[in-house]
Formats: sequence, structure tokens, C-alpha cells
Amino acid sequence: MTAYEIVMKSREKGRPTALKYIEKITENFFELHGDRKFGDDKSIVGGIAEINGRPVTVIGIEKGETTNEKVYRNFGQPRPEGYRKALRLMKQAEKFRRPVLCFVDTPGAYPGIDAEERGQAEAIAVSIRDMMGLKTPILAVVIGEGGSGGALGIAVADEVWITETATYSVISPEACASILWKNKDKAKDAAQHLKLTAADLKELKAVDRVIAEEDFGDEFFEKLKNDISSFFDGKSKLDADELTKQRYDRFRNIK
Amino acid sequence: MGFDLRKFFFRKPNIALEGQEDGNSAFVPEQAAIKCDKCKTLILSDDLTANGKVCAKCGHHFKMGARERLKYISDEGEFTELFADVVGENRLGFPEYEDKLAKARESSGESEAVVCGEIKIGGYKAVAFAMDAKFMMGSMGGAAGERITRAFEYAAEKGLPVIGFALSGGARMQEGIISLMQMAKTSGAVLKHGEKGLLYVSVLTDPTTGGVSASFAFEADIILAEPDALIGFAGPRVIEQTIRQKLPAGFQRAEFLLQKGFLDAIVDRRRLKETLVDILKKHGVEKSESAQPATDTEELA
Repeated sequence: MTAYEIVMKSREKGRPTALKYIEKITENFFELHGDRKFGDDKSIVGGIAEINGRPVTVIGIEKGETTNEKVYRNFGQPRPEGYRKALRLMKQAEKFRRPVLCFVDTPGAYPGIDAEERGQAEAIAVSIRDMMGLKTPILAVVIGEGGSGGALGIAVADEVWITETATYSVISPEACASILWKNKDKAKDAAQHLKLTAADLKELKAVDRVIAEEDFGDEFFEKLKNDISSFFDGKSKLDADELTKQRYDRFRNIK
Repeated sequence: MGFDLRKFFFRKPNIALEGQEDGNSAFVPEQAAIKCDKCKTLILSDDLTANGKVCAKCGHHFKMGARERLKYISDEGEFTELFADVVGENRLGFPEYEDKLAKARESSGESEAVVCGEIKIGGYKAVAFAMDAKFMMGSMGGAAGERITRAFEYAAEKGLPVIGFALSGGARMQEGIISLMQMAKTSGAVLKHGEKGLLYVSVLTDPTTGGVSASFAFEADIILAEPDALIGFAGPRVIEQTIRQKLPAGFQRAEFLLQKGFLDAIVDRRRLKETLVDILKKHGVEKSESAQPATDTEELA
């Protein structure tokens, strides 16, 4: 597959969205709403669930599957209150020493008037900074589109995993082509040059693990669940200072 | 007004090549005059510089180069550059990027989009950095992110406050995911610096958008902005394309952000130095008249 074909696949209808992962991987998900400041963003879902009996805080950017759902979820483009809700739930997880699991799938943070008015930049900035120091294990899994700062806003983690046809990029190939070459048709070239595929990202150390998708069957979810569970087993043994130091170093070394 | 209009000449770009005969050498203006973008008043170049590149008539803040900014707030001769050896490269083999870097270096006179240094301001020692519009619109790639990260690490090591001038069109897309990761990297350094109880003051200048606004620019203890600076996450054009309508006047300008609660204050550039000094003073920053500017930057490299 070319890079652009992978981009298309990462956005494909029918691809499992965050709620599907939560349903398949966790038990007893109890959704927690709201940022306690402004409202409840529908693009980001969060709550407490269990994985193999361990309580975890789960956060996901949800795109929706049907057209109605997509509209309801704002096509997975969070507003500031979404990032503030996510950070609230992460701090709650820290207090109760629960690990945090984030599913990333967004074309980007919402570029709208209301989002700007309520401080989109500030919300993402603070989330990135505070995740870096969060004293509980964090795992981020990119499951579809990892759209720039809007994705990173919930992806400052001890490890970042990605499924094999998901992407993670600083800019969409279409926007990149239109800015650099004033030509959206060059998106295919841009996709290739941006090095946004799972394999390229692994090479650049932006992701730590590429997950085989196996057509998203039951085996895929079962294996991912067990991998996540053992990841948290390992990270839970570290004391908080060592954990945050390793997280800092992971990002510090990307030059 | 008694202006002698013959004294005014519009500034021409200086594109004479080295060794080239200057055919107009007999007609060199003593001083260029620059038209204010806002009120269209003609201002003598020297007068503009003496006024901190602010229009004396309407208060419009002209763009200022990174180095110029750092010198503008530093005490005379108290600016020592740091991390100038950290420079960018074409990590991804992105087409035309080397050319763009070369052009940016030529037009800005800088080796990267951010200049860092140790300064003294009103006698207070601080680490400062500023971004340069002439270097690919202050975009942040690996090297710019590395310089900023080192600035915070250096300041944390030395127990110094940080003053940062943000200016950016966003992440540098030619560096792909590497540039995105700089948001996390710089944010981590801001956090560690802050955990030592040290002060970070961010000054948002025109424009501060994208990956820079959504990382270190908005993570400071005190966030100031210059009048009328464009500040936001998404750029105005992207928003207009998304919502398919014109944006209201003043949207995403500093005054708008102040009203919405995202800035501590808007400070006129001509009062910025005294404001910063006052903030440092209020945070018990050590005043050191005789301190040596650091020369050993290797230990953190």
C-alpha cells in the first residue's frame, strides 16, 4: 500500500472507532462526563473501566460510525472542553493510582470560532504539559487518524502504539499539499514525504509498537487487551518519579 | 506638519550582490522612511527603531527580529547567545526543504527560527528566547524545539527564570512527526523548570498559532501579549474554510483573548522591559550586578 492508500484506510468507514475498542477491550465501562468548567465535549469520551480485573481510566476520541453519530461527535474533532475533560479524568486516575489508556482517532482539534474563544491552544498545551508529569502509567494507542496537536493532546504517554494502517502526522497530506504546492491533488506526494505511516513512525521513534490489525477480528482485540494488560503490569511496578523520568526521556530524545 | 518630504525615501530591499557595482551610489538616501501598516504615517527608520519599532502616532507594533527583541529587553551588552550550534537538517528528506532552510537563513540572518540567550534585564539574570518571523514564519522543527528545550533545562540547572517571546505559524511540516513531537518535548522542559519553583513568563507576539501556541507559549506562569497580536490554535483562514464565513473583526487578536480570559495582560512593547523587570522583582529573582554570563554551555549538550 502507498502512504496515501494507508491514509485513506485510516479514515475508512467501518473501521473500529474508540467506543468499539472500549467495548471490546474493557469491562464495566462507566462513562464520566464534563470538564466541570464549560460543558461536555462529545468528541472525547472518558470513564472508568476494568481490564482483566484492573481498574483503568479510559479516554478516547470518538468519530462515530453512522452519519448521525459523526455529526453528534463532531467527526472526532474535539473542542477545548474535551481536552479539559480528558485531563480532569487523568488527574483523577493519578489520585487513585489507576493507569490511563487513551485511544487516538481524530482529523485534528476543531478549528472553529467557539473552540478558539474557549482557548483551544491553551487546553491542548496544558494537557500536553500535565500529561508529561502525570504520576500514573499512560498508554496511547493510535487507532485511525493521529491528527496533529489534536491527537498529541491526549497522546503524551509512556508508550505510543499504533495499528498498522493508522497514521500520525503533523498535518493532513491534503493541507500540506495545499499550503506548500497550492495543489490538493499533490496530497499523495505529501503523504509519502510526511512519513506518517506506522512503519515510518516506528523508524522515527515517534511510536513504540506497531499492532497487526488482523481485519479487526476478535483475536485482534483479545491480543491487544492482553498486551495492554501486561504493559500496565510492567509500568505499575515503577515508582512515580522513575515513570515520569522515563516518559520525559522518551520525548526528550526526539530531535 | 513641517516635514521635508524630500528627506523621505521608501525603503528598498537591499539586494545588491557582493562585488556588484552599485549604479545608484550617488543617490543613497540618508535614512529610509517606512510607512506604518496601520495609520499610513511615514516614519523615519531611526525614529522607528528608537521607539521599539512602534508607530509613535497610532501605536502599531511592527515585527521585530528575534535577536533585535532580545537585545531590546537586555541591559546594554548583556546578551550571550546559547545553543547557536543546534541547527536543523532535512531529517525526512522532504522535497525543497534544504532550499527553504537556506533562504530562511539568508533572509533572517539566523541559523534557526529561535534565538536563545542568557541575558541581564534590569540587573536580573534570566534565560530568554525569541522566535523570528523571517525564518520560515517562526515554525518549530527539531532544532528550534531542541533549542527551546535546552533553554529551559539550562535555566533549571542555573536556577534562572525564563522569558520567552513566542512567534510562530506553527509546526514545521517539512519535519513531519519530528516537529509535532517538539510540542511534547518543549512542554516537558517547561514542566521540569516549573517544578523547581522557577518563573516562566511568555510574551505572545504577532502571530502565535499552531503547535507553538498549543505548547510552551501557553504554559507559562504569566502570559503577556503585544497589542493586536494574532493568537490562536487554528489560523484564521483554516477557520474561515471550515465554517464558510468571514470571521468577526478583532477575532483571535490579543484584546479578544484578554477579554476571554486567556492572557494576564497586554503590554505595549515600549513598557515591556520595565514590566518584565517588575515581574522578576515580584518573584524574588536574584539580582546580580557582577554575575558572569555563562560561557560553558557544553555541559548540557
